[in-house]
Amino acid sequence: MPRRFRGGLAALCILSTLVAATACAEDPTSSADGGGDSDTIKVGILHSLSGTMAISEVTVRDAELLAIEEINAAGGVLGKQIEPVVEDGASDWPTFAEKAQKLISQDKVATVFGGWTSASRKAMLPVFERNKALLWYPVQYEGLESSEYIFYTGATTNQQIVPALDYLAEQGHQTIFLVGSDYVFPRTANKIITAYAEANGMQIVGEEYTPLGHTEYSTVVNKLQQAQPDAVFNTLNGDSNVAFFKQLTSVGVTAETMPTVSVSVAEEEVVGIGPDNVAGHLVAWNYYQTTEGERNTAFVEAFKAKYGAEKVTSDPMEAGYNAVYLWAAAVEAAGSTDVEAVKEAAGGISIEAPEGTVTIDGDNQHVFKTARIGVVQPDGQIQEVWNSGEPIKPDPYLTGYDWAEGLS
Amino acid sequence: MAVLNQLVIGASIGAVLLLIALGLTFTFGQMGVINMAHGEFILAGAYTAYMMQGLVGAQAVPAALPVAFLIAGTMGLILERLVIRRFYGRPLDTLLLTFGVSLILQQLARDIFGAPNVQVTAPGWLTGGIDVAGVQLPYNRIFIMALAVGCVVAISLYLSKLSYGRRMRAVMQNRELAAVTGVATQRVDQLTFFIGSGLAGVAGVALTLIGPVGPSLGTYYIVDAFLVVVAGGLGQLRGAVIAAVALGVINSFVEFWTDASLAKVVVFAVIVAFLQFRPQGMFVLRSRALT
Repeated sequence: MPRRFRGGLAALCILSTLVAATACAEDPTSSADGGGDSDTIKVGILHSLSGTMAISEVTVRDAELLAIEEINAAGGVLGKQIEPVVEDGASDWPTFAEKAQKLISQDKVATVFGGWTSASRKAMLPVFERNKALLWYPVQYEGLESSEYIFYTGATTNQQIVPALDYLAEQGHQTIFLVGSDYVFPRTANKIITAYAEANGMQIVGEEYTPLGHTEYSTVVNKLQQAQPDAVFNTLNGDSNVAFFKQLTSVGVTAETMPTVSVSVAEEEVVGIGPDNVAGHLVAWNYYQTTEGERNTAFVEAFKAKYGAEKVTSDPMEAGYNAVYLWAAAVEAAGSTDVEAVKEAAGGISIEAPEGTVTIDGDNQHVFKTARIGVVQPDGQIQEVWNSGEPIKPDPYLTGYDWAEGLS
Repeated sequence: MAVLNQLVIGASIGAVLLLIALGLTFTFGQMGVINMAHGEFILAGAYTAYMMQGLVGAQAVPAALPVAFLIAGTMGLILERLVIRRFYGRPLDTLLLTFGVSLILQQLARDIFGAPNVQVTAPGWLTGGIDVAGVQLPYNRIFIMALAVGCVVAISLYLSKLSYGRRMRAVMQNRELAAVTGVATQRVDQLTFFIGSGLAGVAGVALTLIGPVGPSLGTYYIVDAFLVVVAGGLGQLRGAVIAAVALGVINSFVEFWTDASLAKVVVFAVIVAFLQFRPQGMFVLRSRALT
């Protein structure tokens, strides 16, 4: 054969082999509403397993896998075993959208549990709405959203940020300095905080944003010391929290002289920061490892048994765990994994969660959660110092608050 | 005294930049090797400090300095022998390769130590600080500045007084001539890479005092390291020192007047503008070599 034909022939052979291979890989039994073969139901798990957000998200994936294991051990859902398909968002928001699309179209999962940063959720939202697929989002966020295709098992602002501000006001802190990472959640949260402050006679004496992954906080700390606020509201996310607290403590700032309240620092992050650097500071969540209750004791024990005795549990992990149980309960109630049926059946579904009773609010697809303010202890655990008594009805658009009018 | 405070902050940012860039200046300058895995050598140093905690307890950070130097240096040596030596003279290929190596090392760190950050506690004598005329001087920042100065002094003594150092300068100035006069250039390359990577390890130990210790640590500092090296001139110790301090001070003041994101933008813009006028960097080796 003439030499000039060989290259083209080789390319043609490779191309046809690839086409044939793809054709063979088509799964003839996959259905549109819940893939896998007839014995299993596939669900997607999409978190950052690498990159700056991995420190927070890997453990949420672990908690979701634990829930799936427990449900499978108890017989599964609709008599079938749940099969998790885990993907890595890599702390890159377009990757979240891409992987979400892959889970929906290729793996044909019944639902996806995933996301952490609001940026990842905003990137995934159009994918889920376009494909009419369900996302369960387990992290506290800035509200002002209520997609029909997302269930939000983390706190919205009136269940976390507003109670934290109420607590600060109650403690007599009048001047607040806002420090946050530069993306949608802190920016929106700070708009809400500013509106609250105006309505309640508090003063915002500074507002600093640093890029995600920023680790040099001397200047921010210097500005804090110049401003001398009564309290700091910290919406930093990821590794920045470690650098911030290490550098804040190194100049001698303590929780007595300048208390901070954080909404993204949980038991897991405290380990990385070092309890000495953050002890005495406040955090606002809906669940702590120390939260009392048999369900929580069982959850913590099961998690430590599966992943190691030195592991800790945190609010987003518990919210991810709840998301799986809530979905399973909704599927049982609906009798199928079909997205529209599950959405119909989900409103009012209630489970006993480690944080207490958790009920889905059918109006906005958020859940009722109790707000709890905690103080970081020197041993790394968080001790609750205040809670809202009853689970708070979620109000993502803050319609129940006059001062929040005009916030988009 | 906020301005004076910012000046000191600028100096301490500069010290951090200097530590991370010092090793890179030599590997980049000596061999023209763009080592994207430099950040992961910093990471190796940081995790060395973490592991030393188990052995030594509270004094892990100072005790880890020589150990991190050796470990990171050895990793650099292995990288040089296995990978970089085969791509000598092909900077773009080494860039891609070392980028791949950095990804591998990051994932290795995630697999060995776990994805979440680990805790490295500073020794008692490095916590707290002193207040001099309204200027804050945390002990850990003083330690980092002292370490940076110490490393610069050590390296400059090495280059001027020790025969190995002089051979390194010879190879940097004119490789062929050095080879002709009997200098084993491959040996010198290996030693340079060992020292450069070792310095990255030392920087990693220092960084555990002020920042997170996790698998992505290297990615936070690699770009800054390259900025300092390029602005200062390849292989130039003076250039690295001046560039590091200048960038630190510019960053600190711009951040004070605006915010962190804008400070980063301004620093990049300054470097780009500087390179328009002086693409070879601040200080450059002047020799009569034709290449």
